[in-house]
Amino acid sequence: MNIFVLMKRTFDTEEKISIVNGKINEEGAEFIINPYDEYAIEEAIQVRDKHGGEVTVVTVGSEEAEKELRTALAMGCDKAVLINIDDDVEEQDQYTTAKVLAEYLKDKNPDLILAGNVAIDGGSGQVGPRVAELLGIPYVTTITKLDIADGGNVTVVRDVEGDEEIIETSLPLLVTAQQGLNEPRYPSLPGIMKAKKKPLDELELDDLDLDEEDVEAKTKTIEVFLPPKREAGKILQGEITDQVKELVQLLRSEAKVV
Amino acid sequence: MARKVLTLAEVRDGSLRNVSFEAIAAAKTIAEGGEVVSVLVGDQVQAHANELIFRGADRVVVVEHPNLKFYTSDGYSQALKAVIDKEQPEGIVFGHTALGKDLSPKLAIKLDAGLVSDVIAVEEAGGNIVFTRPIYSGKAFEKKIVTNGIIFATVRPNNIAPLERDESRSGSVEALAVEIKDLRAIVKEVVRKTAEGVDLTEAKVIVAGGRGVKSAEGFKPLQELAEVLGGAVGASRGACDAGYCDYSLQIGQTGKVVTPDLYIACGISGAIQHLAGMSNSKVIVAINKDPEANIFKVADYGIVGDLFEVVPLLTEEFKKLKVHS
Ligand SMILES: Cc1cc2nc3c(=O)[nH]c(=O)nc-3n(C[C@H](O)[C@H](O)[C@H](O)COP(=O)(O)OP(=O)(O)OC[C@H]3O[C@@H](n4cnc5c(N)ncnc54)[C@H](O)[C@@H]3O)c2cc1C
Ligand SMILES: Cc1cc2nc3c(=O)[nH]c(=O)nc-3n(C[C@H](O)[C@H](O)[C@H](O)COP(=O)(O)OP(=O)(O)OC[C@H]3O[C@@H](n4cnc5c(N)ncnc54)[C@H](O)[C@@H]3O)c2cc1C
Repeated sequence: MNIFVLMKRTFDTEEKISIVNGKINEEGAEFIINPYDEYAIEEAIQVRDKHGGEVTVVTVGSEEAEKELRTALAMGCDKAVLINIDDDVEEQDQYTTAKVLAEYLKDKNPDLILAGNVAIDGGSGQVGPRVAELLGIPYVTTITKLDIADGGNVTVVRDVEGDEEIIETSLPLLVTAQQGLNEPRYPSLPGIMKAKKKPLDELELDDLDLDEEDVEAKTKTIEVFLPPKREAGKILQGEITDQVKELVQLLRSEAKVV
Repeated sequence: MARKVLTLAEVRDGSLRNVSFEAIAAAKTIAEGGEVVSVLVGDQVQAHANELIFRGADRVVVVEHPNLKFYTSDGYSQALKAVIDKEQPEGIVFGHTALGKDLSPKLAIKLDAGLVSDVIAVEEAGGNIVFTRPIYSGKAFEKKIVTNGIIFATVRPNNIAPLERDESRSGSVEALAVEIKDLRAIVKEVVRKTAEGVDLTEAKVIVAGGRGVKSAEGFKPLQELAEVLGGAVGASRGACDAGYCDYSLQIGQTGKVVTPDLYIACGISGAIQHLAGMSNSKVIVAINKDPEANIFKVADYGIVGDLFEVVPLLTEEFKKLKVHS
């Protein structure tokens, strides 16, 4: 089976966020594989181990993303592709990213594409469905279970705001991973050694027969800002029963929420 | 510049979701005096059309088909594409719900359009429609504009105030016949895991429990408090992992993102991944026996104490309040 994983390198949101010159300060920040993409990678490896084939992990990003691609290879992916459009494109949005990924995938005959359901930094959840639609294949988002029968029929369990949908569909297919799909493995030491020798290709816009105009962003970020600092709250004092009475009063007359 | 703006209305458990009305309010801002047309899609949904008019829609278009009984991206996109082709809107607003998240990127591709997802505010500023949305799991925000093509956005539930309901409003309701076919993914079964009643993402009050609740039984007092306040019960991942409650209640980075008016955190330490799901709540109350717990750093009001003592007392106190008012 020809399997692809769409992976995004993200800012670890456990990091403190600060803004410098109107942009999120990335200086010295920790970067990780988007946590949902780890589920996607794990599932891809399990599907390959069961049905055979090859897993290629693809990212659109800068050179720094090599590190996360190597991690994916160390987990067990077979090949990695870095599509670096930094030099070609100034403004990038989900439209851009999806177009680039779809252009790369369109002649690769993917049977199964896995993505995360959302990136924890950009947070739109658009890229997976956009890519599927560009390729003309069906998709199912926020999945927690994937069963592929030998004939290519697929049963998926989808998380819908806490309820579950059992969905029947078929390959080729794109799915996006939700928490609960699996437990992503840690790269093993032999895995890390092997990863160093696995192929990691780097492509640019030119290699994909795309011009800057083809992928021009449709939206633009005009400002980035931090939320107003929450005032240090009020820790109530005294007997518990009095605290409870005071709290109810405060919620009623000060906060006016009850 | 007046624009025609479409909104998608969502029906759940036989009634319209609040976010449908919030989408109409957002659409009004985008329309700048133009027409707001709400679209109702489903099997038998026409009965909800008038409510959308009362909530501010100028017109309603209804697409009904047996193949639209369950949401599928193929079915719904066929229905909406037909409406869009006919209406030629300059703006579209969906709720940022499971359905809206799944469907909007597909339609955006069909329309060769951009899409601003998970919007919490919309305004007209300097000749642009400016959207505000959280990034970095709510630790920062960005303002975004659409630079090219149709203005398409999804709005996060509970953030944009709906318009006043007005029964004197009137508007036309039209049915549009669309053939819905070739569904490539079929919903075989829906397994209901969430409780009927108040939807977590739309609840005005949430009482959430963490590992400090200690057992499934321990959630009972929280449920009673939520009931008195007309709210919903939520949980930290700590509580879900420990098996005290279903994952459908999980709030946080890998769970639901909520912005109620009042969030009462009981026995939750306030890990960064939990805060990602609730720190934008309007008022936060923390009940925790550890005065050093991180949750007190984001709480507006805190009680240091045993939740099993504090929560029932709170319930009693709110009950008294109800009797008096
Ligand atoms: C040079 C540069 C400039 C940028 N400028 C802007 C800007 O001006 N405005 C703006 O809004 N954003 C900008 N971005 C961010 C970028 O456009 C988005 O982060 C990206 O399109 C993904 O959107 P998202 O974060 O919402 O991901 P989501 O749609 O939430 O991601 C869902 C899933 O899609 C897949 N995916 C997402 N991104 C990628 C990727 N890059 N490669 C492979 N798979 C992926 C992953 O599986 C992920 O889990 C810029 C990025 C770069 C590198
Ligand atoms: C990738 C990733 C994603 C994650 N996503 C999420 C997410 O979406 N949501 C989420 O919540 N977590 C998430 N987590 C987990 C998160 O890091 C924390 O482990 C989790 O939130 C802790 O849950 P807790 O606060 O209930 O438990 P604990 O941290 O164990 O806190 C329990 C608290 O209860 C208090 N307590 C105990 N007994 C009482 C009592 N009788 N009365 C009052 N207080 C009492 C204690 O003082 C303590 O502060 C994620 C972690 C990772 C790594």
